[in-house]
Amino acid sequence: MSDAAEPNQATEGRPTGRHHWFDADAGPVVRPYAMTRGRTSAATRHRLDLIALVVPEPAADDPGRDQTLSPEHVEIVERCSEQPQSIAELAAGLDLPVGVVRVLVGDLVEDELVHVTRPVPPAELPDVSILREVINGLRAL
Amino acid sequence: MAFGRSSRKKPLVEPVTLKILVAGGFGVGKTTLVGAVSEIRPLRTEEILSEAGRPVDDLHGVENKTTTTVAMDFGRITLREDLVLYLFGTPGQDRFWFLWDELAQGALGAVVLADTRRLEDSFAAIDYFERRGIPFTVAVNCFEGARRFPAESVRGALDLDPEVELLMCDARDRESVKNVLVAVVQHALVLADRSHAPAAT
Repeated sequence: MSDAAEPNQATEGRPTGRHHWFDADAGPVVRPYAMTRGRTSAATRHRLDLIALVVPEPAADDPGRDQTLSPEHVEIVERCSEQPQSIAELAAGLDLPVGVVRVLVGDLVEDELVHVTRPVPPAELPDVSILREVINGLRAL
Repeated sequence: MAFGRSSRKKPLVEPVTLKILVAGGFGVGKTTLVGAVSEIRPLRTEEILSEAGRPVDDLHGVENKTTTTVAMDFGRITLREDLVLYLFGTPGQDRFWFLWDELAQGALGAVVLADTRRLEDSFAAIDYFERRGIPFTVAVNCFEGARRFPAESVRGALDLDPEVELLMCDARDRESVKNVLVAVVQHALVLADRSHAPAAT
């Protein structure tokens, strides 16, 4: 009978779509934090700033690299290899929440495949000449 | 060729990164402003937030557990190979103040984008940056068809400190937005010079 093939018959009348057997409240089929195996904080000592840049280490070129890396880990390394990418850019590019990217990058830092820059707050800059350079750079745009 | 980068000897440049926040009420043109100067189409980054304070072990009411997705739009300006400026449009809703704390940390400065038809939408952002001592500039987005007010009356309505700059701008116009950003950094420079100067004179 069609009953067997359509277990969601009882939910008829609800909005249908690709995930028609879920309530809309169930969210995406794979919850983003499944990629981090449920971890919500990274192993890194400092919370990674949105504008911290992820820079590959020489080990990232090694073909005998960690085979336990997930496709998302590998994609982060690939994206950073051309040009260092900020945490915010990686999150947008991979379409993942910032918190997930922080955990994944933390794994890569621990594996010594990448390192992360620590942006200096302007108040702690050794001198203010960098602000003048920003002004000149903006004017020259 | 594990990651498409064979034996590059030249180390990658690690630019200094800075950020400027763009705050203001919902629909005031924050993403438009970011897009006017960004070298990339504004990107969207999201964070999933669970409602804070809910007891973790209480399985009753799990069906009511609410998660909220907060989105921030941002853009990038490469000023030099080794100097990159990011612009972050802050989430428009007041209930996400706690997210601002993270965004605001280490920010070079901020733009408060205002709409004269809804000036009260800017109060919260102005108050926030004042309290934290983050240099900011108010930019009045001159929407077409909106009544123009003299800068002085807008200043008065917003109760701005004399040293906070207020500019009229068009958030769609690159030159106009550049001027706003320069004003923010100049203000930051003045404050930084002051704090670097010897205390006793």
